[in-house]
Amino acid sequence: MNIENKIIINSSEFYFKSGETILQVAERNGIDIPTLCHIKGYMPTGACRICLVEVKGTRNLLPSCATPAAHNAIIETESERVIRARWINIELLLASGHHNCLTCEANGDCRLQELAYRYQVEKIRFPESISLYPTETSNALIIRDFSRCILCGRCVQACNEIQVNRAISYGYRGVTSKIVAVGDLPLNESDCIFCGECVGVCPVGALIEKPSRFKGRAWELKKIKTTCPYCGVGCQINLHVKDNKIVKVTGVEDGPPNFGSLCVKGRFGYDFINHPDRLTVPLIKENGRFREASWNEALSLVAERLGEIKLSYGPDSIGVFSSAKITNEENYLAQKFARAVLGTNNIDHCARLCHASTVAGLAIAFGSGAMTNPIADIEKSELILVTGSNTTEAHPVISSFIKRAVEFGRAKLIVIDPRKIPLAKFATLWIRQNLGTDVAWANGMMHVIIKENLYDKAYVESRTEGFEELKKTVKKYTPEYVFKITGIPADDLIKAARMYANARPASIFFAMGITQHRTGTDNVKSMANLSMLCGNVGIPGGGVNPLRGQNNVQGACDLGALPNVFSGYQTVSDAAIRERMAETWNVESLPASPGLTVTEMVIKAGEGKIKALYIIGENPLVSDPDLNHAEKALANLDFLVVQDIFLSDTAKIADVVLPSVSFAEKDGTFTNTERHVQRVHKVINPPGKARQDWKIICDLSARMGYTMTYRNSDTIMKEINRVTPSYGGISYTRLEKEGLHWPCPTVEHPGTPRLHVGRFTRGLGLFHPIDYIPPAEVPDKEYPLYLTTGRVLYHFHTGTMTMQSEGLNGLAPECFVEISSEDARNYNVKEGDLLRVSSRRGEITAKARISDQAIRGTIFIPFHFAKAAANKLTNAALDPVAKIPEFKVCAVRIEKAWVHGEQR
Amino acid sequence: MKKITLKMWKEIDGIIQRHKEKSGALIPVLEECQSVCGYLPMEVQERISKGLNIPGSTIYGVVTFYSFFTMAPKGRHIIKICLGTACYVRGGKPNLESIQDEFGVETGGTTGDLRFSLDSVRCIGACGMAPAMVVDDDTYAQVSKQNIMKILDGYK
Repeated sequence: MNIENKIIINSSEFYFKSGETILQVAERNGIDIPTLCHIKGYMPTGACRICLVEVKGTRNLLPSCATPAAHNAIIETESERVIRARWINIELLLASGHHNCLTCEANGDCRLQELAYRYQVEKIRFPESISLYPTETSNALIIRDFSRCILCGRCVQACNEIQVNRAISYGYRGVTSKIVAVGDLPLNESDCIFCGECVGVCPVGALIEKPSRFKGRAWELKKIKTTCPYCGVGCQINLHVKDNKIVKVTGVEDGPPNFGSLCVKGRFGYDFINHPDRLTVPLIKENGRFREASWNEALSLVAERLGEIKLSYGPDSIGVFSSAKITNEENYLAQKFARAVLGTNNIDHCARLCHASTVAGLAIAFGSGAMTNPIADIEKSELILVTGSNTTEAHPVISSFIKRAVEFGRAKLIVIDPRKIPLAKFATLWIRQNLGTDVAWANGMMHVIIKENLYDKAYVESRTEGFEELKKTVKKYTPEYVFKITGIPADDLIKAARMYANARPASIFFAMGITQHRTGTDNVKSMANLSMLCGNVGIPGGGVNPLRGQNNVQGACDLGALPNVFSGYQTVSDAAIRERMAETWNVESLPASPGLTVTEMVIKAGEGKIKALYIIGENPLVSDPDLNHAEKALANLDFLVVQDIFLSDTAKIADVVLPSVSFAEKDGTFTNTERHVQRVHKVINPPGKARQDWKIICDLSARMGYTMTYRNSDTIMKEINRVTPSYGGISYTRLEKEGLHWPCPTVEHPGTPRLHVGRFTRGLGLFHPIDYIPPAEVPDKEYPLYLTTGRVLYHFHTGTMTMQSEGLNGLAPECFVEISSEDARNYNVKEGDLLRVSSRRGEITAKARISDQAIRGTIFIPFHFAKAAANKLTNAALDPVAKIPEFKVCAVRIEKAWVHGEQR
Repeated sequence: MKKITLKMWKEIDGIIQRHKEKSGALIPVLEECQSVCGYLPMEVQERISKGLNIPGSTIYGVVTFYSFFTMAPKGRHIIKICLGTACYVRGGKPNLESIQDEFGVETGGTTGDLRFSLDSVRCIGACGMAPAMVVDDDTYAQVSKQNIMKILDGYK
C-alpha cells in the first residue's frame, strides 16, 4: 500500500489504493455511506445524490461513489450539511411520484423507505407530482409502475452493463423522463428477454415480479439459498417461501458463479414446484389405466418384477436411466443400485444425448473430460471462440460474462455457428459453416496457424505429444480446400486463425453444436487440438470449455451414472477398482464389462434384449432422436418403471410410476458445468406422498435383498468421499459457504478451479490427427434442406418444468420453424404459415418464423415441444465412440400444411 | 404518414455505411437520416440500430431526448417564426398566429398536406431584421401579416 495514499474519513485515517473511490474506501472500512443508484462493482452514475459527502476545501458536496479518494483529503460522511442535503434529496424523491407503501411489494425491502426512515423525512413540503405514465401490466412477469420510479438508472445499468441485454434506456427529458424500451413499447413487444435483472436491482417498487404480487410481505417470507435446477451454470438462488409455497426467486448476490444474475427460467420458472399436476402417489397400471397405490404395493411390485426379469433373462436384460436433474448423492445410489443390486453396468443418463462426446474426447486428449476453466475466467480472456453454443439462450448467465468481456473488457469474440445467433452481434467475426463440418474448419485454422508459424512451440514441445501426426493431417486442409467443405470464405478462416493464435489467453466455448454429431468425439478432440496448439490449456482465461446443459449433468457423470465407470471415472473394467468397490459395497463381485448406453438400451429394447427399464427423471419420449422408433422400442418392454415429479410422456407409458420430489424439496449437491460442487437445500415439504429419490432407491434395494442404510444425503456424501478420489474432500460443512471445484481429494485441499495447470491430468496433452467425415445425412433432391435443432431461451429440454409456467408459455407458446427470408420466398411461405416438415423418419407441423438468424438452406426447430417434436425428424446415427446421436444435422423437406382445406 | 421511399432507404444505408466504424456515430447518423426523411420513424431507427449495432432502446432514448430530432413527419418546408425579444416586440406573435389561423396548424405541428411545419424559435441573431421569419434556408426581414402569405405562396 502506498504511504502517499492516506485519507481521513470522519476523523479516522485510512489508506486507499489508487483509483479507489471514497465510497469504496469507506465500505472497506465499515463506514456506512447510504447509496441508492450505485451498483457495487459497476461504473458509478452519480444520479441519485444520496451518497454525497463533505470534502474539506471543496465548495460543493461530492458524490462519494464517483469521487476518487485523494491524498490527505478530509471527508465527513454524516455532517450536518451532508445530512441536510440527503434530507432534501429524499424529500424530492418522495415528492416525485406516488410512493405509497400500503400495498407496495417493496415495503420492507425498499431503499427509499429505509432512507426516509433513517433520515426521519416525515413531512414532504413539495406537492406530489402526478404520474405521467400508466403502470404497465401487459406481460405476465414484470410490472412497471412508473409512478414509483425514481429514475435512479439501476435498471438501465443492470440491463446494459450486467446482463448486456440492452433492452432499456433513458427516454425523453426533464419532467417527462422515463425508462424506455425500444420505441417506448411495452416490454413484451420490445427486445426485453425477461431476465429480471432490472427487477432484482430496483431499489423501490417500480419494477416487481408480477407472479409474486400479493403473495407475501418481505418479512413474512423465509429465504433459503439453493442451486438453480435448470442449466449447467449452477446459479445460486434464494427461494422465498411462504406457507410451503415458493413465491419468489432471487439471485444470490455475493458469490459465484452468478453474483446475483439469473435468467428468465431461473427467476420465473418455479411454478412447477407447487404445481397441482405434481405426482403425489405411486401409480400402477392395470388394464391400460393408472390406479393409485400405496408405496408398499408399488415398491413390492417393482422389486418383484425386476427380480423375475433378472432371474429369467439375466441382469443385463435390465437397464437404469439415471438423471442429470437429481443430486450427486442420488446418482451415486442409482449406479450403486444398478451395479450392486441388479448386477449390471447398464446405467446411463441423458449426458449421452448432450456431452458424451465431450467426456470421451477430452478424457482422451487431456485425461479429464470436463470444462478446464472456471466461469470467472471468461473475463480474463483476450479472445473467446464460441462455436456450437447458442449461449444467450441455453446458458444465459454465462453469455452475460462473454458479452461483458467483449463490451467492457479487452476480449474479442469469434462466433462460428450455422445460425446467426444473438451472440453474433457482439462478435468481431461471425463465421457460418455448413452443418457438421467442424473438424474441417478446425483443421483449416490449425493449417494456417502451423503454416504461418503462429503456434506455441515451447508449449507444444514441453506439454504435448502427437504434434507431428497432427501436422501431417492438417496439411491438406488449406483454406481453399476447407472452403469447399465448410463454405467458409478463405479470408475469414485465415482471419479467425490469426486472431485465435495471436491472442493469449484464448478460450473456446462449445456446446451441443459440436457434440451432437456422429463425429462428436472427433469435433471435441479438434477443439482440444486447437487449444493445445496455441498453448491455451492450463492457463487463466484459456481452455476448452464445454457448456453443460443440465443442472447436474456434470455430477451425474462424476458419480458414475455411466455404463463404463464408477464414481470419479474409475473404470469398471479395472479389476482392482472393481474389487475395492465390491468390498465397500459389501457384495461378492461387480459386473466387469461396460454396460449399454441410453441410446443402445433403446435400440436393444426394440430388439427385445432389454426387458425392463427403470427410468429416473428422464423423458426419452421427447428427448431421444428418431422418436417414432424410440416409442416402438419402449412399448416393446416387459416392464417399465418411471420415477418422476410429473406424469411425463414417458411416465404415461410406464407400468409403475413412482412420485419423487423436486430440487426444492431435497438436500444434496449439484455439480455445475465448471465442476463446482454446490449445495442444494430442502426449502419446502414435498406434495402428498412423494418421496426422496435416494429413499426410493434404498427402499427398492431393500426389497430386492440388499440393504442400503443412510440417514440422510450427508451420509451418502461421506461414502462418496471414501470411494471417489476427486470428491474425497468435499463435505457439506465446507460447501455451506461456497462450492468447491473438483478434483478436491482431501479435506485440506482447496479445490481445483483450473485443470491441467503445469501438467495435464494424463501427463502430456495428446494431439489427435483427425480427418473430416461428412454428416450421416445430407440434403438431396427428395429432402433438400438441412434441419438443425436446439433450444429457446424460455423453455428447458422437454418442458416438463418450464411448460408448467404460464409466464414462460406466454413468451414461447409453441414450436416454430425458423426459416431464412430467401427460403421463405422460394417456398412462398409467409410468417405464421403452417408448415409440414418431413424427414425420412417422420413429420411434424409447426408455424413458420422468418428470421435473419436462419441462413438459406438450413431450417431450425426447437426440440422442447412434444406436440411438434423435432426429434421425430432427427437422425439416430451414432458417434462410434460416445454413442451420441446426430441431433444437429439431418435432411428434411418442407411444404405448406393445409388443415381442413385451409391454412391454419 | 410520409413514406420512406426506396431512394431514401438507399441514402440511409449509405449514411450508415459511411459512419459504421466510427465511434460516436449515432448522432451524426440520426441527423443525416432526418435530413433525408424529414423525420425519424421507428422503421428508420430499426434500420440504424441493425446497421450500427446499437440497441434500439438507446437510439429511441437519444431521439426523444434532443428536441432537434422528431419522430413525426415534417412538412416539405419548415417555417420558423422568431420570438426573440426584438422580434416579439415588433409583432412576431401576431405573425405566428396568422400562420396558425391560415393553415390550421399548431406551433410544432405540420399541415395535413405536409406542406409546412411551423416552429417558433428564440432569436436567430438577426434582430436588425425584426420581426424575422425563416423558411427552410431563406430568412425574411420585417415580415407582417400582409406579406407573409405572399412569401409562403412561393413554397409549394
